[in-house]
Amino acid sequence: MALLDVKDLKTHFRTDDGIVKAVDGVSFSVEKGRTLGIVGESGSGKSVTCLTIMGLNNRRNTISSGEALWKGENLLTMSPRQLRDIRGNEIAMIFQDPMTSLNPVHTVGRQLVEAILLHQDVTKAAARARSLELLKAVGIPRAEQRIDDYPHQFSGGMRQRVMIAMALVNNPDLLIADEPTTALDVTTQAQILNLMKRLQNEFGSAIILITHDLGVVAEVADDVAVMYAARVQEEGDVRALFNRPNHPYTWGLLGSLPRLNQDVERLVQIKGQPPSLLFPPKGCRFHPRCPYVMPICRETEPELALVPEQEGLHRTRCHLDQATKDAEAQKVIAGTLAEAI
Amino acid sequence: MIRYIIRRVLWAVVLFLVVTFVTYVIFFVIPANPARQAAGKAATPEQIAAAAHRLGLDRPWYVQYEKFLDRLIVHQSLGHSFANRQNVNDIVANAAPVTASLVIGGAFFWMLLALPIGIFSALRPRSMIDRGAMIFVLIGISAHPVWIGLIFSYVFGYKLGWFPITGYSDFFNPPLGQEGGPWPWFHSMVLPWATFALLFSALYVRMIRANVTEALNEDYVRTARAKGAPESTVMRSHVLRNAMLPVVTMLGMDIGIGMGGAIFTESVYSLPGLGRTAVNGLFNFDLPTVQGIIVFVTIVIITMNLLVDLLYAWIDPRIRLA
Repeated sequence: MALLDVKDLKTHFRTDDGIVKAVDGVSFSVEKGRTLGIVGESGSGKSVTCLTIMGLNNRRNTISSGEALWKGENLLTMSPRQLRDIRGNEIAMIFQDPMTSLNPVHTVGRQLVEAILLHQDVTKAAARARSLELLKAVGIPRAEQRIDDYPHQFSGGMRQRVMIAMALVNNPDLLIADEPTTALDVTTQAQILNLMKRLQNEFGSAIILITHDLGVVAEVADDVAVMYAARVQEEGDVRALFNRPNHPYTWGLLGSLPRLNQDVERLVQIKGQPPSLLFPPKGCRFHPRCPYVMPICRETEPELALVPEQEGLHRTRCHLDQATKDAEAQKVIAGTLAEAI
Repeated sequence: MIRYIIRRVLWAVVLFLVVTFVTYVIFFVIPANPARQAAGKAATPEQIAAAAHRLGLDRPWYVQYEKFLDRLIVHQSLGHSFANRQNVNDIVANAAPVTASLVIGGAFFWMLLALPIGIFSALRPRSMIDRGAMIFVLIGISAHPVWIGLIFSYVFGYKLGWFPITGYSDFFNPPLGQEGGPWPWFHSMVLPWATFALLFSALYVRMIRANVTEALNEDYVRTARAKGAPESTVMRSHVLRNAMLPVVTMLGMDIGIGMGGAIFTESVYSLPGLGRTAVNGLFNFDLPTVQGIIVFVTIVIITMNLLVDLLYAWIDPRIRLA
């Protein structure tokens, strides 16, 4: 049984303009100890998917349906009390912006201790010792002194380390990281990603890594789900997907990566804007921006179907014939990406 | 920290000089003759001149100002009233507790009202309570305390007879022949508190609602929920702890400002506080009394602001005074 099994998850927000279908029928699963990368542009629904799993959407204007089975139990229908016992304990989450995700008026030590005491029946002293241990594990220098500092006394990278420490204090089975490196500079990004990989080996947690950065995914993920306009367009094993991308949107994402060994005037970009989730396009959701668009794409949405002759799981949602897909995929990766993995 | 306090105290001295100086200048611009007032209705010109000499009014205003400063700094004295030669220190000492009762009790009253309404409106935006609170805020901000005071004392004092219509009962030392003590004091203060607190509670409902709404959307509140904290902990330790920071500052400053704003409430309910004493002093051209009250209130406001700044640095770790 998968650790987390998401089936046909839908999250709709009521707004003044109508119902925004931010997540519209998303399915994926996460195995124990594996890393799933969810990739997509801003507004593709990747963050909302995870917030829904955690039950962190504003309840007043959100309608969720489908299933998110955590060890066989549906997180979406759980009582708030049951969900609280899982949040921060079995499933922990770190967020995009470390500058604003820590409470400015409490010391980092106090915030870590709070996370422990919410789920474990230990003394304050023991909780503090555990917090200190984690701060050392995530590489905070002089952790003994820094534990009594306030968040504003830390740099962005250090704050994200604190967030990771706080997420890991209760040894979660799953860590959801929502763009954990987006707000950080490049050298710090690499450090944080290495840290997450190292800690995953140490603690054995599964990870869902939300990002818009394919390079990050190639580096740390085992499985990838590419989201576009509230749906998964392509998913599979990271090697399969990067070696043989099967969806024009994935090609666009890969083509927009800068490469060192090719001289180009400007980077390839996917033309147009992501569609409004108030009125998603009919047929394939990518068809208005797709250079390969065919009449059928405007009418019928393709199923998420297995890619033929592929080792491991690899599914995509596209009407193009397989020969064209493979030919185009080879053109896209001709430059670099094979080496990146 | 020490340097910060020294800087603030030096500023306070400058501010104090400016305030008293301006009061002096304004007082001497007013075409009035306090000596005539002091000497009585049927006084001869000689008697008026004598009175003027006795009060020091025959000397230029800057000499008087210098004398005032000398008395204040060397003898810690605010001088004597022109009207009845009473020591102004005593006048202030008698009136200050009345105003303090009104302002501090009023602050308590308005927080008691504004906190639950503000927090609840923020938690349930567009609900009946939220809309009701907004109507209350509009009325509170628009209605003048004198009008409200008259309505309250007519309805609750005269018609229903629940509270005294006007007047003050002293907590500790009631004047001879008057009742006093905690209960009569409380009973006589309920209507003034309500009147005084209405405007401020309206302002505070709005401020608390805005602050809590803002704090609820902060990322660290989401973090707290992601940690598995129950809503009560999220509210107390994360939302309110942050949302109340600016309220503490405002409260300190408004208690200072309230000293001045108390004039209307004190007038309506005939409370012998600083505001009413100052107004009476003004009608009698009684410069020492007016000046004494201004000096006292200025010192209170400056001290309150200093305390608020220090308190703020203590409760908000992001502020460290350099």
